[in-house]
Amino acid sequence: MSDYSPSEMMIVAAARALAGVRTVFVGVGLPNIACNLAQRTVAPDLELVYESGVYGARPARLPLSIGDPALVTGALSVCSMADLFGLYLQGGRIDVAFLGGAQIDRYGNLNTTVIGDYARPRVRLPGSGGACEIAIHARQVFIIMRLSRRSFVERLDFLTSPGHLGGSGERERLGMPGRGPQIVVTDRCVFRFDPGTGEMVLVSLHPGVRLEDVLAEMGWNPRVSPNLTETEPPTPEELRLLREELDPLGVYRS
Amino acid sequence: MKLTTLRDAIARYVRDGDTIAIEGFTACIGFAAAHEIIRQGRRDLVLCRMTPDLVYDQMVAAGCARKLVFSYLGNPGVGPLHAVRRAVEKGIPAPLELEEYSHFGMVARYIAGAYRLPFFPLRSYVGSDLPKVNPRIRFVESPYGDGSIAVVPPLNPDVAIIHAQRADVNGNTQLWGLLGAQKEAAFAARHVIVVVEEIVDEEVIRSDPNRTLIPGLIVDAVVHEPYGAHPSYVQGYYDRDNDFYLRWDEISRDEAATRAWLEEWVYGVQGRAEYVEKMGRETWERLRPAQAWARPVNYG
Repeated sequence: MSDYSPSEMMIVAAARALAGVRTVFVGVGLPNIACNLAQRTVAPDLELVYESGVYGARPARLPLSIGDPALVTGALSVCSMADLFGLYLQGGRIDVAFLGGAQIDRYGNLNTTVIGDYARPRVRLPGSGGACEIAIHARQVFIIMRLSRRSFVERLDFLTSPGHLGGSGERERLGMPGRGPQIVVTDRCVFRFDPGTGEMVLVSLHPGVRLEDVLAEMGWNPRVSPNLTETEPPTPEELRLLREELDPLGVYRS
Repeated sequence: MKLTTLRDAIARYVRDGDTIAIEGFTACIGFAAAHEIIRQGRRDLVLCRMTPDLVYDQMVAAGCARKLVFSYLGNPGVGPLHAVRRAVEKGIPAPLELEEYSHFGMVARYIAGAYRLPFFPLRSYVGSDLPKVNPRIRFVESPYGDGSIAVVPPLNPDVAIIHAQRADVNGNTQLWGLLGAQKEAAFAARHVIVVVEEIVDEEVIRSDPNRTLIPGLIVDAVVHEPYGAHPSYVQGYYDRDNDFYLRWDEISRDEAATRAWLEEWVYGVQGRAEYVEKMGRETWERLRPAQAWARPVNYG
């Protein structure tokens, strides 16, 4: 048995994907801790951007929400949301944005609006927030979600934020500036997207996870890379940073 | 001189059926004003906010609203808004209509309203199902031949309620920390009520004009109401009461518990001063923020 949790593996894998990135649009929760870890490891020049209007945040403690006062204290800039969405996001200044959702399909399209019918939903979810335009504008979208059959579905109940839509080339045809989803990091495995089809491809399994474990949690039969590998486990230094500096209370450990 | 009480400001400017924007993104949410609207029994309001948050959950629970216009419906980091769900799913205490956008769409609506434009264009909604469920989100051809672009209509609230750190008695208002869409919402509105932690001399405002987000020119009423944004926060004055946001999740699950909470903390107090007293010194000690002062600048 390994001495780290699936969540820790997921955070570390997401942090590593940020190597060399300059600006990242951070969501609350797992992306937040992944970005903070990346800043201390593979991306020392990383600037954290929050949709609440914060650029270049340097929070002294792990923020509880994207509007946490700790994000304001010591930031490089705090601006109106009109500036944040108009100048930073639509202005093309965001390299990577983290998104997640209640449902994702094989093309990385995301649903954060409703489960069931829109007019009579079984579950009413929060809605877009900034996700719809973030998905359109960020140069690359990284998705971080726990793998489950309920979330990885053949067909979304509602398309809130566009991924590769019906397949490769559709974003370009519609004039979307960003390249769309590039990676999906889960607690079991990592997917990337086939440039030819825009479809999700399983590229690595976290240590101890079997292919059939992943297939059992998916609503479609995913394509598997011929070069399927094992995800590099967390290093002692990554675990030390996570446990001692970033998340001493262990909120994100389980 | 526009200084008045919250009771008088709400009585004068907020009418049944009005479209209201109590903005403030996570920070500076006008709970004191919302509670006064509840106490005065306003009905059929159209409540606009990017994030309805607990403030509109409480107003919906009290039966003030007929419609929400929003872009993110939830108790941030905690879960759903239970009173809103009861209203939407069961019509308790009254049916509630939803009109939803994305954050940028809501900001763009305020900008169109503030600039007095017929619509505002934004590169969003392409490929999304949102325009299918909200016919007010449309696409137009660019007259310059750049293809099609999404547009949203102006949002001009009857009343915008802005919570901020400080203002002078004429309503020249300074705000720092998260700015949300407070300025755009205020300029878009027909009437503006400003609620502040401190009333300061005009000289203090004039010593730092870059920080004045809202000029007295567009302000109808100024109210001094310390801790008026609790359980949200005001940068430099008090932290967010995250414990309360968690507790509201429990309270609001149950209709009777929600009514009892409103009875005790809204109907059962005269106003914010009594609420602050009733919360007790321990609460305000717990929420006292650290010190992080800006360096002064030379405007000379």
